[in-house]
Amino acid sequence: MTNRTLWRRVAGNWELYVLLLPTLIYFAIFHYIPMYGLQIAFKNYLPAKGFAGSVWVGFKHFQQFLDSYMFWNILWNTVWLSLYELATFPIPIIMALLLNQLNSNKFKRFVQTVTFAPHFISTVVLVGMLYLFLSPRTGLINRFIEAMGFKAIHFIAEPSWFKSIYVWSGVWQNAGWGMIIYLAALTSIHPELHEAAVVDGANKLKRIWHVDFPGILPTVIILLILNVGNLMSLGFEKAYLLQNSLNASSSEIIQTYVYKQGLAGGKFSYAAAIGLFNSLVNFILLIVVNTIARRMKQASVW
Amino acid sequence: MSRRTLSDRWFDGLNVAFFSLTLVVIIYPLYFVLISSFSDPDAINGGRVWLWPVDMTWNGYRGIFEDSTIWRGYGNSLIYASLGSLISTALTITGGYALSRKDLVGRSPIMLLILFTMFFQGGMIPTYILVKNLGFLDTVWAMIIPGAISVYQLIIVRTFFQQTIPDELLEAAMMDGCNNMKFFFQIVLPLSTPIVAVIILLNAVSQWNSYFQALIYLKSDELQPLQIILRRILVQNQTTVGSMDWQTAEEMLERAELIKYGVVIVASLPMLILYPFLQKYFVKGIMLGSVKG
Repeated sequence: MTNRTLWRRVAGNWELYVLLLPTLIYFAIFHYIPMYGLQIAFKNYLPAKGFAGSVWVGFKHFQQFLDSYMFWNILWNTVWLSLYELATFPIPIIMALLLNQLNSNKFKRFVQTVTFAPHFISTVVLVGMLYLFLSPRTGLINRFIEAMGFKAIHFIAEPSWFKSIYVWSGVWQNAGWGMIIYLAALTSIHPELHEAAVVDGANKLKRIWHVDFPGILPTVIILLILNVGNLMSLGFEKAYLLQNSLNASSSEIIQTYVYKQGLAGGKFSYAAAIGLFNSLVNFILLIVVNTIARRMKQASVW
Repeated sequence: MSRRTLSDRWFDGLNVAFFSLTLVVIIYPLYFVLISSFSDPDAINGGRVWLWPVDMTWNGYRGIFEDSTIWRGYGNSLIYASLGSLISTALTITGGYALSRKDLVGRSPIMLLILFTMFFQGGMIPTYILVKNLGFLDTVWAMIIPGAISVYQLIIVRTFFQQTIPDELLEAAMMDGCNNMKFFFQIVLPLSTPIVAVIILLNAVSQWNSYFQALIYLKSDELQPLQIILRRILVQNQTTVGSMDWQTAEEMLERAELIKYGVVIVASLPMLILYPFLQKYFVKGIMLGSVKG
């Protein structure tokens, strides 16, 4: 294509570029400028000098983070919590496979309506409910524990409970919602496959295992890749809300630490370096997992 | 299907039991908050509230009504949610449409640049500095502009247009002397009300529920959205019940507890009202998003 015809094709559709322009400007400003700004991770950022004008210091901030006495604790918490959360990945899959086998459509729809609902509760309200239910003096759960003859547990203040509270409240809130995509994938499985399996004498459990599960496997793998690629980007919001000085040894994760150091503590460069460290780990994980999936001739994100 | 085997009957029985239990686990906490918000705090703390409100009282809701910060937060959140979803939807629909057109020169590299931001971001600190330099700190704009477009929504919109607007329609319109703008506004938009609804709702809900942006960008009390106020009441235990005739510390404490239950209900009310639409359109959105484009 010559330059001239290319230009004509652009000019002929100039209105499309007008429609696209706000979006392009948005991504340039709010995504690519912050990426450009990441250079402060290698600099001593001074607001007066800006991103470009600040002085280079190389890997000083990374070194400082690696050397800080908090490092191993924070990394351990982040990795542990991420893996714990990833371990609940099969729950929506199993639920979708089971829901799909319910005989009554009415019951099926009712279950969906109810299990989707918690997804729309805000993080603040969810954590507020956790505080109410887990309160050692008045909380529903502790009253139950006491009624059974055990001692009340101060869940929110106990470091060992933080990760379980974080992960299982997430399951409560999102497992139902997570089913949607698998339910959609299940509808695309041909009914003849099931009919044939029935003729062969396969019971429901066998059909789930040999027909349904292989049918949704590509979807499962794509979501697994995306999940692993986001492994370390835990929600800042919930961790920060559930955090207090008593459980900090278990609840301080990279995201909350970046916020405290950078925005609350004013150490912009140091915090940006920690954030970059985290993003890079995620990015590498994503590429590795995607490559493995591709090698194994399974689905891949790209 | 013909007769069920014994193993399938076992399976079905257990399956129904499992989902019944799931229903209880999800509904009961929400129901408990609802009945507690009407119950006497003594009864809640004494473990006497299980299935219905005990010693009915409206004190919690009276306290919420008297608390002007809650109402200001409510008002602010309504403003952010409506303004935010308006701007986000306008940007996402126009951008998504342009990107759905096969004859857009440079479509693939642009899409690649946009998709890349899904997997790698500048992060909290550079974004904060940017927002600060733009002069958005402590303004409405900090709540709305930095997160205005989500890549995920852009993909949904693009997929929708690719699937619903056939190329022939464009060709026919062009033959009749229609230009791109006219085609978009007079033919495409009227055909896309479902996707517009999806995008409006997605943005309204995420604005209503978000507190992170307010936490880092807003300082003034007058600008705080409901979620920040909720955080003070529910998580930080700050309640502004100074007035009225609840004098003793014990009573104040009990009232604060009651307000917590009530405020969960009040804050979730808009979601509750919208829920039938949310369920329908959100599911639709997820389905569109899951098509690989």
